[in-house]
Amino acid sequence: MRLLLELAITHILGRGRQTVVAIAGVALGVGFSIAMASLMQGGEDDFMAQLVDTMPHVQITDERRTARRQPAEDVFALAAIAGLRPKEDRRGILNPAEVGAMLRAFVPGRISMSLRTQGVVRYAGRDVGISIIGIDPEEEAAVSSVAGDFLEGSFASLAGGGNNIIVGDRLAERLGARLGTTVTVVSSTGQSRGFKIVGLFHTGTTARDEGEGYVLLKNAQILSERPNAINDIRIKLDDPAAAPAVARRAEAQTGYKTVPWQEANESLLEALVIRNVIMYTVVGAIMLVAGFGIFNIISTITHEKARDIAILKSLGFTQGDMRRLFLVEGLALGLGGSALGWVMGFSLCYAMSLVHFELSGAAVGREMTRLPLAWSIWHYVIAAGFALASAAVAGYLPARQAARLNPVDIIRGAS
Amino acid sequence: MSPLIEARGLTRILPATVPVTLVRDVSLTIGEREFIAITGPSGSGKSSLLYLLGLLDEPTEGTLSLAGHDTSGLDDEARAKLRLATIGFVFQFHFLLPEFTARENVEIPMRKLGRLSPGEMRKRAAELLAAIGLADHLDKRPDQLSGGQRQRVAVARALANDPPLVLADEPTGSLDSKSSEQVFLILDDLVRQRGKTVVAVTHDLDIAGRVDRRIHLVDGKVVSDERNDAKEAEPATPDAR
Repeated sequence: MRLLLELAITHILGRGRQTVVAIAGVALGVGFSIAMASLMQGGEDDFMAQLVDTMPHVQITDERRTARRQPAEDVFALAAIAGLRPKEDRRGILNPAEVGAMLRAFVPGRISMSLRTQGVVRYAGRDVGISIIGIDPEEEAAVSSVAGDFLEGSFASLAGGGNNIIVGDRLAERLGARLGTTVTVVSSTGQSRGFKIVGLFHTGTTARDEGEGYVLLKNAQILSERPNAINDIRIKLDDPAAAPAVARRAEAQTGYKTVPWQEANESLLEALVIRNVIMYTVVGAIMLVAGFGIFNIISTITHEKARDIAILKSLGFTQGDMRRLFLVEGLALGLGGSALGWVMGFSLCYAMSLVHFELSGAAVGREMTRLPLAWSIWHYVIAAGFALASAAVAGYLPARQAARLNPVDIIRGAS
Repeated sequence: MSPLIEARGLTRILPATVPVTLVRDVSLTIGEREFIAITGPSGSGKSSLLYLLGLLDEPTEGTLSLAGHDTSGLDDEARAKLRLATIGFVFQFHFLLPEFTARENVEIPMRKLGRLSPGEMRKRAAELLAAIGLADHLDKRPDQLSGGQRQRVAVARALANDPPLVLADEPTGSLDSKSSEQVFLILDDLVRQRGKTVVAVTHDLDIAGRVDRRIHLVDGKVVSDERNDAKEAEPATPDAR
């Protein structure tokens, strides 16, 4: 095999410029594949991290997946009920204390129970509609990502006495309010209260920064005239991947619609899969083009080295040896291109990691300030694997042809 | 003499719209330590017969036994293995690998056979080249050697694995008279001193007249197979047709 390797290297070094072009083709393919994979994977990881960090891993709301069944339907298999209008459910999760205790018994994570209602914040003649979220500050701090996005104050500030509210910085800006300003909150039931702004946050998500206000749970219950009610349970799990199993059990036990984060973002996750398919298709296409370069050079070498093939066969080399020789040449080009491509890919990734974006408000919150990059050995392994497979195919076809050459034809031709 | 080559009814027909018969019903026996010239006009099938004897080509009909091995039905690998150990080829054009030095070219068959250690291969290659007067040219590539020197390297390469049989296709055809004589003497020496059998295709009547035996072909058929009286007084192999 060492002899074949020496012959192969001698052949490809003998075609200096073509070899450089073929290796450069593979290297470009591998390098850009690595950079692209790193960027795509980084984007996906960043996106997933945002999803997992900012959203509850499991959310239980006061809805049911199907309308409540009539008792007769449960007792009699053939019961047919016509013209019945289902009883109006009281909105909210019934027996919240019992549900909370049930969940705490098996959920491996933190739980926050809240009441979410709609309302309007009024200040200085400006009205802005928001979601009013009644929370227990301690529970919320353990579950919500907002806890890490405070510009002023914290969830604990709500417990400071009086009617307090925490809003996003953009909402405060729209209202012209600031920390300490008292704004009026009007609920959908018409209840109106004055609330002092005790905290400002900036998540980077406009819908939240402009459309959410946090108050104490009891204040939300008063505003919505629903004493002791809650309609939203959010769970942050120790292991986000366990969300579907936890959600299934919680829904089975409580009867309320329970959605894991994967289900809530199903279409987004599907889009990521499609994006990956597109990425690997593009990478495959790049490698295919690089493969043509290798095919070209190996074909040229087999054509030019037909006399060598005849000599080697006359000396006692087999068809298999000839096949291996030119296959090794293809793989050597693939290997050389992969090695150079690794360096190129790493350099591209490093260069991209130095790019820094200065965006407004980016100092706090979740806006991207750098290109999201994932550093993984697998990107290098997969890109080189693609390149070597493509090189092997590109080398095999002319190698097979070379192996079939009849030495007598070549010797006669040379005589 | 025990037969090194035993051919029976060897025929080679090139398939074509009008099939071409290159070698027609050739039977011959070649023993050890023989220096044989195959002669004949151009297109008479001399080289084709040599390629059949050297297992580079397969007969359409007939059988060939080489060093006691029946070669019919052997696959490519078995034929290559037998060729590697039993036959050394010398062609009209030296056919050396241009990127390798004289010594490396001679080492290639040894490396393929793998019987010797790298050190032994280097030593044997140097000895073979020294024996044919190329001791000072071991590390020269073919393009740094003269035509005669290249052909001598090709002879050394043919002897690399110490095969009992050397087949030479017009070994002096592209050389000047001085180099031709050198190459002839080397080949003759292989038979006399090293006990090899040399079968050489040649147009050179002078060479044909100086070997042990001369096989003359016309239209792919052996028309005469006789021993040169000047060399030996033995009759030609009786089954030669």
